[in-house]
Amino acid sequence: MTQPAADRAAEIGSPGELVGRLDAHGYLADEGAATAAFLALRMRRPLFLEGDAGVGKTALATTLARLLDAPLIRLQCHEGLDAAQALYDWDFPRQLLHLRAAEAAGTADPDRLEAELYDRRFLIARPLLRALETAPSVLLIDEIDRADDEFEAFLLEILSDFTITIPELGTVAAAEPPVVVLTSNRTREVHDALKRRCLYHWLEHPSHRREVEIIRRRLPAVSERLAGRVAHAVRHLRADDLLKPPGVAESLDWAEALVTLGARDLDPATAAATLGAVLKHRDDQRRVTARGLDALLDGG
Amino acid sequence: MRNTTETLETIVAFARTVRAAGVGADPERVRTMVRALDHLDVLDPSDVYWAGRLTLCSDPADLPRYDRCFAAYFSGDTARVPRRPPSVTVTRSAAVPVAPRADGHGGERADPRTATACETEVLRRRDVGRLTAAERAEVARLIALLDTGAEHRRTRRYAPAATGRVDPRRTVREVLRNGGEVSAVRRRARRTRPRRVVILVDVSGSMSPYADALLRFAHAAVRSGGRAAEAFSVGTRLTRLTRELSHRDPGTAMAAVAAAIPDWSGGTRLGVELKEFLDRHGQRGTARGAIVVIASDGWERGDAALLGAQMARLGRLAHRVVWANPHKARPGYEPLTAGMAAALPHVDHFVAGHSLEALERLATLVRTGGPRA
Repeated sequence: MTQPAADRAAEIGSPGELVGRLDAHGYLADEGAATAAFLALRMRRPLFLEGDAGVGKTALATTLARLLDAPLIRLQCHEGLDAAQALYDWDFPRQLLHLRAAEAAGTADPDRLEAELYDRRFLIARPLLRALETAPSVLLIDEIDRADDEFEAFLLEILSDFTITIPELGTVAAAEPPVVVLTSNRTREVHDALKRRCLYHWLEHPSHRREVEIIRRRLPAVSERLAGRVAHAVRHLRADDLLKPPGVAESLDWAEALVTLGARDLDPATAAATLGAVLKHRDDQRRVTARGLDALLDGG
Repeated sequence: MRNTTETLETIVAFARTVRAAGVGADPERVRTMVRALDHLDVLDPSDVYWAGRLTLCSDPADLPRYDRCFAAYFSGDTARVPRRPPSVTVTRSAAVPVAPRADGHGGERADPRTATACETEVLRRRDVGRLTAAERAEVARLIALLDTGAEHRRTRRYAPAATGRVDPRRTVREVLRNGGEVSAVRRRARRTRPRRVVILVDVSGSMSPYADALLRFAHAAVRSGGRAAEAFSVGTRLTRLTRELSHRDPGTAMAAVAAAIPDWSGGTRLGVELKEFLDRHGQRGTARGAIVVIASDGWERGDAALLGAQMARLGRLAHRVVWANPHKARPGYEPLTAGMAAALPHVDHFVAGHSLEALERLATLVRTGGPRA
């Protein structure tokens, strides 16, 4: 029998302790992220994470799931997302089939037949319902800014009382509210009412030292020196006013590309060969190359 | 633990400071902060910092303000509620609500009633840069009534419709209700939604006679566009004004705008500003597929080539780009300034923006996507 997540969360006495736990599962959190996650677990409040692409918003949610030994249920938001895709849907073909079969068998009782049609087995649980039914669980609502604002209003209801009413079946209440993490890339302003229900945390790019550590942790084949050079260059690039500043994911891609090519060091030649791993916009590549890769790699 | 009442008082007073600095720290958020501190160490400054930051803030723009308040409040200085920006700024920039009220009780209200339709008609065509205070008030009132709701676009969401693709969900529901008899096929079609409207108002020195009217226009757009409109001011700094402009009352909204804009009547760095807008907001989606209105005279002090490049980028992202220039209506006006010349090739509609009538046309253009003005 697994231990309830609430107990696991209660075992963690302070944000500092959570840093250690996250670290053990491969996520290097700074004080802010750890305090945010700690309070989300303790207060059972959804955690709203914003920040540039690639700073580790989604990774924090997946690591929390691993740490709590709870399944991660992910709802990827997009425009046009509606209740049927997020909550539940009836399995219409199967319902029809059941109806035809009952007819063929000559069932006469319409009331019983109707009750059968709205049986739990014909219900398809989508992420939100699944998260309420699965205790413990971590619910990741990814890129909420991509969904329409109607969807936010609808989410508000679920996040405030963790129950869903299905007219034909009744109310489903979570035995234990899931740990909820919402992420946003700020493509549009998310409604204040939703943010008010959450703890708000803005994730920054990691510090140089932390980034080196992240690279070393994820890619043990990368030497300390190479990781340092990559982190240094990426830091430069972030300050360089690009269309798409590289995130941690890009640092990792770059380091991996370099190791795969057998490069020991980051010099202009190897950088030129692997620039596509870190800069994924043609204009950015042109710009950085034009300014000279030596300048980028200076120091470090 | 320390005396809880004392802690509570400290937190509430701190939250008031934070709120005065412009962070939306409402009482519910303050309660959450208090509850968060139940789980943390009240005596640890870092814990208090994070408890407040995670619960009181809700936007990256809040963070520097919060940091300033935290430093000021807990560094031993007396807890001073930050001063409101001097009211002089309000008077100069948004002169309208202040001036008429000064000359008597309710003078502002009485004027419009006595104004005849004929006077209004004349007023409609007058250059807003050359009005008396009373006329300005009347124009402001009329601008507030403009409907700038945007044209509609098709979305990926469906709604029931008489024609369109078959809607399996509703059809089957119907069939189930009829005991398996297929009586009618239900259909659905893509819904439409208003297109996002983004208005960039130039508040630099050369635009000062028009900035008030144009900001009021932006206010009307934000009010009538629902969640689909965004407004920014440009000058030497890019400032997002959507939140300030969402007040229903134009006077309140304009005062909030005046307080929010740090660079009234400064220089113009349109290219740099536009680049910042596209980097921070546009690329990520605010300008994507939107109707972007730039209200500026195109006096670019900076690099016109940069402005041209950014306009090209904007042209690729936006659905339509409208440039409203208050000087366009002047007899003999030619778009000869370097900025204007660089921008024009990437503009879909180049219109005037100097009078009420011009703003009405602009509103229609935004709403219907009408013909080239």
